[in-house]
Amino acid sequence: MDSRARNLLDEALGLDQLTQSKSPLGGKAVLIEDCVETSGSFVLHQLIKRLLTATPNSSNVVLFLAFANPFSHYDRILRKLGCNLAAQRENGRFIFVDMLNVQCPEGKAGGGRSGLFALFANITKVLNSLPEGNRKCLTIVIDDVSLIEVAAHGSSDHVLDFLHYCHALTSNHGCSLVMLNHDDIYSSMDRPVFLKQMEYAADVLVKVKPLATGLAADVHGQMPVLNRDQCNRRGSLNNGMNNFQFRIKENSVEYFYPGART
Amino acid sequence: MAATKTRTSSFSRNLPAASSAQSPEIKCGPNGTFLVSSGIPDLDKTLGGGIPLGSLVMVMEDSEAPHHMLLLRNFMSQGLVQKQPLLYASPSKDPRGFLGTLPSPSSPKDDKSRSHDAEQEKGLRIAWQYKKYFGENQSNLDGQRDNKQEFSNEFDLRRPLDRHFYTGQHVDCISTKDLPNIAALQERCTSFLSQFPRNDASIACTGRIAIQSLCAPQCESSNMEWEMLSFIRSLKSTVRSANAVAIITFPSSLVSPSFCKRWQHLADCLVSVKAIPDEDKELAKLLTGYQEIVGFLNIHRVPRINTQVPAVLEATTLSIKLQKRRYLVLECLNQAPVDGSSGSSYGTSGSCSGSSSKSGSLDF
Repeated sequence: MDSRARNLLDEALGLDQLTQSKSPLGGKAVLIEDCVETSGSFVLHQLIKRLLTATPNSSNVVLFLAFANPFSHYDRILRKLGCNLAAQRENGRFIFVDMLNVQCPEGKAGGGRSGLFALFANITKVLNSLPEGNRKCLTIVIDDVSLIEVAAHGSSDHVLDFLHYCHALTSNHGCSLVMLNHDDIYSSMDRPVFLKQMEYAADVLVKVKPLATGLAADVHGQMPVLNRDQCNRRGSLNNGMNNFQFRIKENSVEYFYPGART
Repeated sequence: MAATKTRTSSFSRNLPAASSAQSPEIKCGPNGTFLVSSGIPDLDKTLGGGIPLGSLVMVMEDSEAPHHMLLLRNFMSQGLVQKQPLLYASPSKDPRGFLGTLPSPSSPKDDKSRSHDAEQEKGLRIAWQYKKYFGENQSNLDGQRDNKQEFSNEFDLRRPLDRHFYTGQHVDCISTKDLPNIAALQERCTSFLSQFPRNDASIACTGRIAIQSLCAPQCESSNMEWEMLSFIRSLKSTVRSANAVAIITFPSSLVSPSFCKRWQHLADCLVSVKAIPDEDKELAKLLTGYQEIVGFLNIHRVPRINTQVPAVLEATTLSIKLQKRRYLVLECLNQAPVDGSSGSSYGTSGSCSGSSSKSGSLDF
């Protein structure tokens, strides 16, 4: 792997060690949490770019469940990052599921269940259509989880079930899962079960926060990254917690440790 | 907009067709967006030129003061003056009556007197005001005067809008009280928005939706939080695929905190308004032009369509001023200089310290 593509986020996610193996995220579940002040969607864009363009001959497939924005939005952003989503969609490496207008219908008994069933059936269909050896290369990206809750009219249990099913795919087939959620939604609850469950299930937790000192032009925010994989590795002094700051640009994101920027 | 057909190369010519065949009320924005005016030139400028077509603007109301109506009125008037179809929903019994209170665009004559007046004021205050605010103001006023149909107008709050602007077919008023449920409102919005499908070629016509006090206590739907959320979500996605802009004001104090956050996440552009107390001696000492200030406008989120880069504003708190009791003006807070050498002039104010500490440009 050339060093130019490597950055602090990749290191924290463990992407740099796994470039030799077939699946870049290594069957992990990544949860990204952001807030109203600082959007974390750029991490999704970075990961998609990374997955689709890291090595030219890789067979990574991204299944994107878009609840938040239409395709044109992502297409424009990724184009500026140097990744042509439209072309990737043509050759089947980027599968875009437009969930923007989808309501998971609310039956009397079913809650938001039937719609999510259909969605999950869709995911397994995509998974089964991949050749046996390539299933590891699938990454499911969800933007964003709080909108699934809205689509399911608040039946959080069904959404949790859905996410657990998706999570089960990571252990059964080795594919990876990337989710975006907003943690400030739950900050006022005294028992945020939904958020805690998600955090518990995630192997890597990325929190995107504004700086404590407020907005600044050259530092857009900070992101503590907790990588459980790294803390579990034998005798490592690294506790798996990384905290660094970032600055988002149109064609890249700069990551740096606090105070390390000249 | 250019996304429907597949371009396999990253390098392709930008098609200028869309930009050439458009009316003056629409401006080309960054990242392939098109902007319309919010009706307040200062707000347009702060948001980066205007409100991008396809975005949802949410205004968090002050529960004690009707400042959100100022924004709403200018937004609606701007659309009506430009003959854009309008859908207005409000919890009041007679929403059409509200159209009678809309402000009228000020005539060029008034404009001149205002700019002249402003210049005079500047002369008096120049001793310690920041110079950079001048230039912007000036160019802004100059841009107003040229032709009749323009991107944005100044509105004179004391002159009602001519009746012929809002008596036509293109204005639809709904009282949310009359509707059986939120789904009915959603239907009306969807059918309204279906007039403005988005296509690549040109923008024939743009629409505006203004929803006042969604979830207000007099509405039936105030206790149906998930229904409201899914209404906002579906409105957002239909607006996104149409050539229209929607503005929703809502009483944030009435929505439970966690749902309020959800609402905020759904907004493309999020602002809040806050009134200031009438006779606050401390504030009066601290802020210049305190007599004209009626409240503060906080900008929490700037529309970020088609881009991942966050906008870093110079100031997120602006003061809402009524100049000569006629014109709605937004200005950065001008704090009286405390002591040039101390350097701690930011965030020292009393009741507005929470907002002003953020507003000051932080020097790193």
